[in-house]
Amino acid sequence: MKVRVRCFAAAREIVGSGEFIVDLPEGSTLTQLFDQVQGQFPRLQGLAGSLLFSVNREYAPSDKRLSPDDEVALIPPVSGGADV
Amino acid sequence: MFDITDQPLSLERLVSVVTRSSSGAVASFLGVVREQTRGRQVLYLEYEAYREMAIPKMREIADEIRRKWNVDEIAMVHRIGHLEIGEASVAIAVSAPHRHQALAACAYAIDRLKETVPIWKKEVWTDGEEWIGPAACEHQ
Repeated sequence: MKVRVRCFAAAREIVGSGEFIVDLPEGSTLTQLFDQVQGQFPRLQGLAGSLLFSVNREYAPSDKRLSPDDEVALIPPVSGGADV
Repeated sequence: MFDITDQPLSLERLVSVVTRSSSGAVASFLGVVREQTRGRQVLYLEYEAYREMAIPKMREIADEIRRKWNVDEIAMVHRIGHLEIGEASVAIAVSAPHRHQALAACAYAIDRLKETVPIWKKEVWTDGEEWIGPAACEHQ
């Protein structure tokens, strides 16, 4: 199945593009998607521990199963912002 | 009114948008780019948003506010793109019949916006740069 992946901020700079399509086995989870994407872009590992995901514009846990044509976003975390 | 824009923000416009005949108070918040952050000298900021998710998340915050306080209207606008020191990055206005609701709701709005709305800023300093994003950890 094909899933659209959007990337922002640090993730976008690592990937070199704001969005791309990933081809995954049916029933894959976000974790499986991220493993595959990280294989392609190893520098994403630097974000791995704190990266959030959204599926169809809602935050989603990493064990969420994906469906064809879902829109996933890689949401890099915060390291600040609370001091404004 | 909930928006992401690459144009300069006008708090005055937001205040007029939210003011109703029932309003006895309008509380507002303006976030501005400061020249120093965590001891480093800022040159400028670059803001980026996941617009299609950010605007619905702003609406969710407004829904949360309406469940907590008796308010008239809520407006939130975030600017994206290149911002210089002193420029406004985010503007919020909340109107309510009474000031305590307006003030509490406005403070809640900016705190929640920073937690859940997918907007990032790249701080560009004299000696480096770093992306900083939302803190949406409660969803994990």
